This record gives sequence, structure tokens and C-alpha cells, in this order.
Amino acid sequence: MSEEIDFLKFQGTDGYIASSSLVDAVNAAIALERPLLIKGEPGTGKTLLAEHVATALGMPIERWHIKSTTKAMEGLYVYDTVQRLNDARFGEGDVSDIRAYIKHGAMGRCFRAEKRHVLLIDEIDKADLEFPNDLLHELDEMRFTVSETGDEIVAQERPVVIITSNNEKELPDAFLRRCVFHFIDFPDKPLMTQIIGVHHPHLEAQLLDQVLLKFYWLREQNELRKKPSTSELIDWISVLLRAGMTADDIEQHIPFLGALLKNEQDTEALDQYHERGGQYPSEWSDLGPRYNN
Amino acid sequence: MFLDLFYALRDEGVPTGLQEWLMLMEGLEKGLHGSSLRRFYNLSRSCLIKSETYFDAFDRAFLKVFEGVEGELEIESEVLDWLQDPKNFEPLTDEQRAALERLASDELLQKFLETLEEQTERHDGGGKWVGTGGRSPYGHGGEHPTGIRVGGPGRNRSAMKVAEERRYQDYRSDQTLDLRQTKMALRKLRQLTRTGAATELDLDETIDETCRQAGEIELVFRPERKNDVRLLLLMDVGGTMDPYYEPVSRLLTALHEERGLRDFKAYYFHNTPYELLGKTAALLRKDAIPTGDVLRTLDPRWKVVIVGDAAMHPAELLESYGNIDPRRMAETTGIHWLQRIADHFHRSVWLNPDPRGMWDQSHTCRVIQRLFPMYHLSPDGLADAVSALVGARTHTH
Repeated sequence: MSEEIDFLKFQGTDGYIASSSLVDAVNAAIALERPLLIKGEPGTGKTLLAEHVATALGMPIERWHIKSTTKAMEGLYVYDTVQRLNDARFGEGDVSDIRAYIKHGAMGRCFRAEKRHVLLIDEIDKADLEFPNDLLHELDEMRFTVSETGDEIVAQERPVVIITSNNEKELPDAFLRRCVFHFIDFPDKPLMTQIIGVHHPHLEAQLLDQVLLKFYWLREQNELRKKPSTSELIDWISVLLRAGMTADDIEQHIPFLGALLKNEQDTEALDQYHERGGQYPSEWSDLGPRYNN
Repeated sequence: MFLDLFYALRDEGVPTGLQEWLMLMEGLEKGLHGSSLRRFYNLSRSCLIKSETYFDAFDRAFLKVFEGVEGELEIESEVLDWLQDPKNFEPLTDEQRAALERLASDELLQKFLETLEEQTERHDGGGKWVGTGGRSPYGHGGEHPTGIRVGGPGRNRSAMKVAEERRYQDYRSDQTLDLRQTKMALRKLRQLTRTGAATELDLDETIDETCRQAGEIELVFRPERKNDVRLLLLMDVGGTMDPYYEPVSRLLTALHEERGLRDFKAYYFHNTPYELLGKTAALLRKDAIPTGDVLRTLDPRWKVVIVGDAAMHPAELLESYGNIDPRRMAETTGIHWLQRIADHFHRSVWLNPDPRGMWDQSHTCRVIQRLFPMYHLSPDGLADAVSALVGARTHTH
């Protein structure tokens, strides 16, 4: 067993910088065979994590994106009554074979697969409040029964389950008790520098400094309805590089604001701030003590 | 020694149980902690703690157990410590009271900040420094006619400025006793409707329709039945609400566990809502949301329940810059915001934990009763409030 754990050790990948606590949490979830629940601000790379775990461990991935109308059952299987009725009407297909009308969902496919999968249950908090509870048994036992046929589906290889949540709804205690939990902090300056290094390896140091300064300053503005996140920062840098901007160009301006702020009111608020004579920061001491130690 | 950590967490009020503990033990058995304390920290946190809100408590417990260090005390918390227990408190004589300078409130705030800067040690009694039991206008347990209260329970309801760092414990708790009555009353908070996309196969209609079509299969769909009630809870925290901790936390627990609601949001305020509402009972600035945003984003069909004693200094409700928290003063009056809330939403109720007999003694409570139908926070009052929210409209503005 221990060899297997060593073998499965996740260390982050070239395209994904993971903090040491995140690496430990991922490995704990794999070794303990528990679902890993990931929370954090939007844009901190929760969903991306699953992809990179799959890459790092060389496993195929099944994605199950949750919407407000998603039912727990859909992840296991759906019995397509309508198709069967239609087929009966037009005399197509083999209507007597119920199994032909059982469509397996992401979780069902993971259970039936011969190779161990990574199962991503994305944004579980979007679903109905009861949703996580409905999955408890299946996640614990890694088996379920198709009631239409009486077939029992047992996981051949226990999938690595990664669940993300944006904290829109509170998750039930019984569900939480079974999970390994990790909260992705918003990256601080050094980690952010590293992350940017992955995407824009040749960024000039001065420009980088100005970019980060403006970015963290924007995040400090409490009036903003949606604060820019990592993915927006990466996009913004791409735009700046394409336009050939230098550190001087962004010292007194924030060009291409649309890449950072996705909300019209936020853009207007910042314009007004500027018109009122509000200053953008030019050095780190303009920000709070959190950035100056 | 590991068990110490478990109990230290429980002492900090972290909801962690046997199942989490066994998970950690399994992890240790598998050697996931390696040989470093850092990785042990990571492992135990991800097994034992299931919400980032308890990370701080975990850190404190971890420090206590593994280094014997409680953590650094900050100046602010020291100040609050001095004020924890009112000492050598004697009521003022009438003469002393009269002799005290009646400071205007902005002057008072200014002086308070200056005094706090000058002060370096603990004070009990005396007439200048921030401390307990004194006649200085600052501190608590004191008796200055228009004083600033710092920490401690409010005794006289007329304290003009509460400048304490309000780190109130979130009202919500895991009590299960006495919840039943509350839950039963909330069960009635239901309006089942079939709205949204037709996704459910209506088998009866399908059969009927197919018969009508002489055996030609005709599928009929309908939307699912769902509870359409969305509830906005606005809650008064701290100050005069402290004695009602239990009934209020029971209501909040019941609402959080009420899975039937289509949507539920809770915001907090102190005495009366102003331009900002708190997302947590701590009313921290970083967790504030503009009241205008709440009104703009929530559909008028949301049901509003406001919980509060509606008792405050009339200036807090009716005058500009009335906010009792000097850091959050704004021109718009509390009554204006209450009016906007009452106008925006079709149905709203006010739940008051004070006994009914006290309502008319407070001027602000009488004013608020003109805006919102008021009910007592008791099983009966709650039942009435719920029927006012979902039943036939009885109340007219």
C-alpha cells in the first residue's frame, strides 16, 4: 500500500503552482480515499487543480459540472423514459432491453471504468441544499444500484474525488465530516510572482512590480463589487504585453481596465475616482502594512 | 498529546468530532505527516477543520498544544481585557453627575481617540483614562451622561456612541434543544409552485393525452413542484440584544437548517440598518454589503424578517449621522433605510424579542411599528409572522 501512495504523490505540475498545504491536502485525500473539498475565492484555480492532479497522476478525468437544477441521480445514471417511449412508438431499437436506455453519468462512468479516474464535482454549492447528502452513500461505499434493472454498479477502482465549492451555500455537516478540506488562500505576492512566472516567464521585473502593485491595490478597494482574481490578472498581463506596455506606461494609469474589472459599475466607479483626482499607488508603501514586511 | 489538540479545538468551539479524529489517526498511521511539524499541521487541519472560518481557532489551539504559547496579545485586546470585569464600581451621586462635563458627541469621539493614544496601562476607577467603573466619559460600567462605551454589556440604553471592537460571536450555534417548536412554525413557510422549465414527465397527462390521440404517444411535461419562498433575514446584534441571545440563535439555527427554502440570506446590523449591512454578526468592515445593493439585487417577492428590539436612542433612527458606530456615520437616516426596505418588498415582518408590554415604552419602537407589522419572538408570534408572510394579505400599509 505504501508504495502505491508514494507512487501517487502529487507535487503540483509545471503549469500549476500548489502551496505545500494544498499538496499535503491532496495527498491526504488520495491516501485516505476521501473526497477532497476545495473552497476558495473564484479564480484561485480550484477547478484547474483537478485537471492538474489528473495530469500529475496520469489518470483520466471525468468532470461533473453542477448547476442549480442538477440532481444527485444524474451523476449516477439517467433512465431515458422518453427515448424508450419514442422508440416504442416508431418501432426503433430494442425496447425490451432496459439497459440500452440507462445512460451513466460522470460518477457512474468512473465506477465502471477499469482505470482509476479523477472525478471532479465542480461547484457543488450551486445545487440544491440536499444534493450533497444524496451523494453520501455513493461516495462512502463507491457503489449504487440501478433500480430499473437491479444491477449493482461497484467501483472497480476508487476514483480520486475532488469537489469544489464557491461557498454560495452551506454544505451539510454529514457531508463535510467525510471530506478532507482545503481552503485556497488568495495568493500573496511571492506566490503570485511564481504563478505569473508560469504563464509569462519573460516578464520584465519592473513591469511585474507595477502590475502587482496596481492589482493588489484594486483588490483593496472595498467599493468594487467583484474583485479581480488571478485569472483576470494573467489576462491583463497578456494584453499589456501584446500592446507593448512598459512599467512607465502603467505607473499613472491602469490601461485595459476591462480585462481586470468585469463589472460596468466597477469600471465607472474607478473612472470617477480618477476624475475626482484620486491617485493610483506608485509604490508599495501606498498600500497597507500587509504588503510591506 | 495529540488528544490535547482535539480537546483544545473543542474548547475553542470548533465543531470537530470523532469521525474527523479517526480520519486524522488513519492519516498518521499511513505516515502522511512525514516527519515535519508543518506537514502534521497541514494534515490535521485538512482532516479536522471543515470551514475556513475555524482556521483561526485551529491556529490558536495548535499553538497552545504544540508550543505552549497562547499567541501574541495585541494592544487592542489588552484594552478590552482591562475592561472585561468592572471593578470597584460605585454609582455616582447626583452632584458628581451634574459636575461632569457634558461633552458633545464629536468632541467626545475626538477626545476618546486621543486618550486611547496616550494611555499605556490598565485603569479601574478614576476620571480620565479608559477603564472600568470610572467617571471618565470612556470605558464601560461607567456613568458619564453622554459617554463612549468600550466593551462590556450596555447597561444604560442611552449610551450615545459604542466604540467597542464588536467581535460578537456569530449568533448561530448548534443547539438542538427547543428547536422543534421553532422549526414547526417555520414549516408553514411554504408556497409550492410549479415554475421554471418543464422537466418532469407528467405520466397521468401523458396517458390521457395518448388516449385522446388514439394510441399515438404524446409526451406531456410539467415543471417540478418547488417551494418558492425566498427569505431575507435582517438581524440586530449586540448591545441591547445581548439578553436575547438564546431565542435569536434558536431562530437562526432553525432557519439555517430549513432546507425547504428556495433561497435564504441573512445580514446583520446594529440597532437599525444604515447604508451598510454586515454579512457576519461581527459587522466587520470587510464583510459589509451596501443596503442599496441588497435592495437592488433582491426581487420584491423575497420575504423579509427583521429581528430586533427596535429600542434605541431616537437620534440613531431619525437623525442624520445617527449611526452609533462613529466609523460608519452617514447622512441617510436609519428610518429612511427602513422605509425603503418596507416599500421594496411585498411582505415583511418585524420580530421583537422584548415582551409586548415594553414596545410602546420606546419611541423608536412605536415609529417602527408604523412601518412593519411587529410580532413577538415566541412560538405563537412566529407562527403569526409566518402566516403574515405567506398567507392571505392581512396587513395594509
